[in-house]
Amino acid sequence: MYKKTLTAFTITALAFGTAAAAFEAESDQPIKLMQADWTSSLVDTEILNIILSTYGYTVEKVIADDSARYPGFENGDLTIALETWQTTQDKAFNASVATGKVLDMGELGPKAREDWWYPSYMEELCPGLPDWTALKSCAEAFSAPETAPKGRYLGAPVSWGGHDEERIEALGLPFEVVHAGTDAAMFAELRSAYERKAPILLWVYKPHWAPSVYDGKFVEFPAYEEACYTDPAWGLNKDKAFDCGKPQGWIKKMAWAEGEKIWPCAYDITRKFTMDGDEVGKLVYEVDVNGRTVEDVAMEWAKANEAKWREWATCAAN
Amino acid sequence: MAEISTPPTQHRLSRAGLAALLALGAIAVACVVLPLGAAGTPEAPALPIAVWVDVAMNWIVRDASLFGIAFSDLTRALATAAQWPIEVMQKVLAEGWVSGAGFNKRQVLPPASWLGVTLAASLLAWRLAGLRLGLFAAMSGIYLATFGLWTSAMMTLSSVLFCVLASLSLGLVLGIRAHRSPGIEPAVRAVMNIMQTVPTFSYLLPTLLLFGYGPSAALFATVAYAMPPMVHATVIALQSVPSDTLDLARMTGCSRRQTLWKVELPVAMPRLAIGLNQVVMMTLNMVIIASMIGAGGLGYDVLRALRRLDFGAAFEAGMAIVVLAVLLDRLTQALARQQSAGNGRGRAQRTWVVGLALILVPSVLSLFVPALALWPEAWTLSVAAPLNDAVSYINQQFYDPLEAIRTTVLLYVMNPIRDALQLLPWPLVIAATALGGWRLGGGRTAATVVVLGLFIVVTGYWSAAMGSLYLTLLSVILALAIGFPFGIWVAGRTRLQAGVQLFLDTLQTLPTLVYLLPAVMLFRNGDFSALIAILSYAVAPAVRYGIDGMLHVPSERIEAAAMSGCSRWQTFRHVRLPGALPTLLLGVNQTVMMALSMLVIAALVGTRELGQNVFTALSQGMAGPGIVAGLCVAALALIIDTILKAAAARATQSEGNSHV
Repeated sequence: MYKKTLTAFTITALAFGTAAAAFEAESDQPIKLMQADWTSSLVDTEILNIILSTYGYTVEKVIADDSARYPGFENGDLTIALETWQTTQDKAFNASVATGKVLDMGELGPKAREDWWYPSYMEELCPGLPDWTALKSCAEAFSAPETAPKGRYLGAPVSWGGHDEERIEALGLPFEVVHAGTDAAMFAELRSAYERKAPILLWVYKPHWAPSVYDGKFVEFPAYEEACYTDPAWGLNKDKAFDCGKPQGWIKKMAWAEGEKIWPCAYDITRKFTMDGDEVGKLVYEVDVNGRTVEDVAMEWAKANEAKWREWATCAAN
Repeated sequence: MAEISTPPTQHRLSRAGLAALLALGAIAVACVVLPLGAAGTPEAPALPIAVWVDVAMNWIVRDASLFGIAFSDLTRALATAAQWPIEVMQKVLAEGWVSGAGFNKRQVLPPASWLGVTLAASLLAWRLAGLRLGLFAAMSGIYLATFGLWTSAMMTLSSVLFCVLASLSLGLVLGIRAHRSPGIEPAVRAVMNIMQTVPTFSYLLPTLLLFGYGPSAALFATVAYAMPPMVHATVIALQSVPSDTLDLARMTGCSRRQTLWKVELPVAMPRLAIGLNQVVMMTLNMVIIASMIGAGGLGYDVLRALRRLDFGAAFEAGMAIVVLAVLLDRLTQALARQQSAGNGRGRAQRTWVVGLALILVPSVLSLFVPALALWPEAWTLSVAAPLNDAVSYINQQFYDPLEAIRTTVLLYVMNPIRDALQLLPWPLVIAATALGGWRLGGGRTAATVVVLGLFIVVTGYWSAAMGSLYLTLLSVILALAIGFPFGIWVAGRTRLQAGVQLFLDTLQTLPTLVYLLPAVMLFRNGDFSALIAILSYAVAPAVRYGIDGMLHVPSERIEAAAMSGCSRWQTFRHVRLPGALPTLLLGVNQTVMMALSMLVIAALVGTRELGQNVFTALSQGMAGPGIVAGLCVAALALIIDTILKAAAARATQSEGNSHV
């Protein structure tokens, strides 16, 4: 604790000695960073917090729900969020940007992927995976008593969407979707099955700790194109849409529009703030699997990459 | 439904009853013949109520104003005002005085030392309630500190204390008003019933819009949830003050205010204490949900741990919530007892001085000994690893037999009941229920049932409501089958009771998610896990009222039975059980309410019913459907409540007839 304070002092002194001495934050008003509940966002938000407060901004972290965040951004209760995933938030995000009260601050860097996923030991029971056509012949290997002879696919919470029911129908897969209630409940089942080497096929997304801890693969469906979701004639099934995999999408930063006038430089830094996908994966692993605190992991990154983020903050350097 | 439609004993079947039965039969036939109810459920809402609610919500949040001040500005100002005392407490207890943030974070003053706060709390507990609670407080403090939960616990404590105080005082004021003007009492009761049964998730979104993100929204949601029992308790407590006591107060020339403070409230104190107990329990019950919308603290620790499936760590943080709940409850109960006994003040003052010194000395010392400010991380204890191993072990060794049980129950009990309820045409269900209500409580009860039932139909949630009903009914039946016999058994064993109470408190305040996710590992996502979650929560009131009912049978009746030579079984069957019946019926009511209030949590493991509608609406940010689905849960609750109340009134009546 005291050691930490001391390092903070040293770094502050350094910062004052070099760049920040001449810089004064445009406003004392607190910048409210949205803190979501998944690990990658916790870590990168803490990194942004470190950067902004080093340049003298007043920063607050406000916990908010992934999907319930938009009203907060529209009326200024939240200022900046670093992670908005196209795979789940596409529609809500675009609608919010369209109000003019919210800014699209560009991509964070990592690509989101989510789709059907299975542990590697299932390849013995269902040879031909990861190609999706293998699923047609070995649905029984994935079945549960209440779905037999159809296979059981554990989908994400209903509110995430994902069109899995439509996908199953369009591709003629002998499977039934069972929806998990929450993210945690979904991975609890994965862990249970993985420990027993039992069959499971479920929705997995990354960046997330699960694909780095459990050995497995995404099912390879026909690659997503926009036409696949909108045009029935596209793809294998000429009568139905959704005969393909899920979009692999951006993760974007977003901000409250009026804040641009209050803290132009902080917004500039946020626009330049990017992270590498693998890098984020490693940070998440440190926190979730090695059990270290978010603050420690973020501070370690900030120290190792000081040159990088000082470059983002050129507007604060003179 | 079946036992309602079978004709009761011959002499009771009046002409009107016969007519009603015939009408019911006609509806049943009509349902089969006409396309109206053939599918069992109307598909789309007949009225777009959810859309109207959405529009109204938007208007309130964006455009409504009072005297030229925007309504949302008023609520925001209120939120800021309420936030202030909590922030001060959090600075004192959890964070200390900090300047700057991130790279620039500097601790100017440390928070109050854990040792000091623990010592002071133990002293307080000892003085108020004796050595045992004092020791319990000390152990609690040591647990929180050594397991690295201290800072989170103090964050939670700060907001919980404020919520309890706010719910308590608001509840008292409302209850006193309702008691004094009997004209508004039914209205207050109706509003409180709705507030208590509409799931919190369904008004979370409007709360966020009105009060802003962060702890203040959590605060208001918590008070809305925890205050109703205090209002109910206040009204009942004041009504129970004997009229000769009030006459005495009037004769001695007390003013109205004096009568209230010096006579009514002290006399009503034991019953008020029951309300206070509920306020404390429900406030801590909300800790998890509050942390979903920005309250931080222990609830957030639980959520974070569960997200990485660290069940052990979630359990540790969950137990910290339990510890706070039990401690707060026992302390406030002791305080209430002392208030009603009117103990002297001299000793109390000395306790305060000593307590303050106990906090201050270690806190000042902590400036030089960092371990007193915050327990060193390196010395932190944890049982998380063995707990996680235990979960894995059970999963690997016992999964198959458990899976067999799950499959059997699901395929042969749960799914058939669910499908049957879905198939029943709604006019028949409503008519049959209304008939039952009419037989038990007359026209008013029947009318209530019909109106509330039609509300569910009109809003288009009938099918979902049947899903809720099936889960609720099954879990209530199981909870009663386990809870009542156990409670009745415990009632005769005084020594067990303290332990059982502690266990029940744990069941009601340990966040459900803590044991819900291990349950998911063993029983998969779906209705079976949901059933277990609801059951484990709803069994607590069943046990409590089982105990309570048995203990409150007047002893003279039991003595009379003993004197007339009844065997133990006869006494139980003919004296104790009928005597306890009104309380037991109230217990059924509470069990149903608790089961319904768990539906939204059960939605987290993938159910398909009203709870899921509420939860989905929240995560998609749609206020209208969330509120309307929530109101449907309330409607379901109120239907069951009305019928059970009528049944209880009838039971009390016949009980009175046969014994007086």
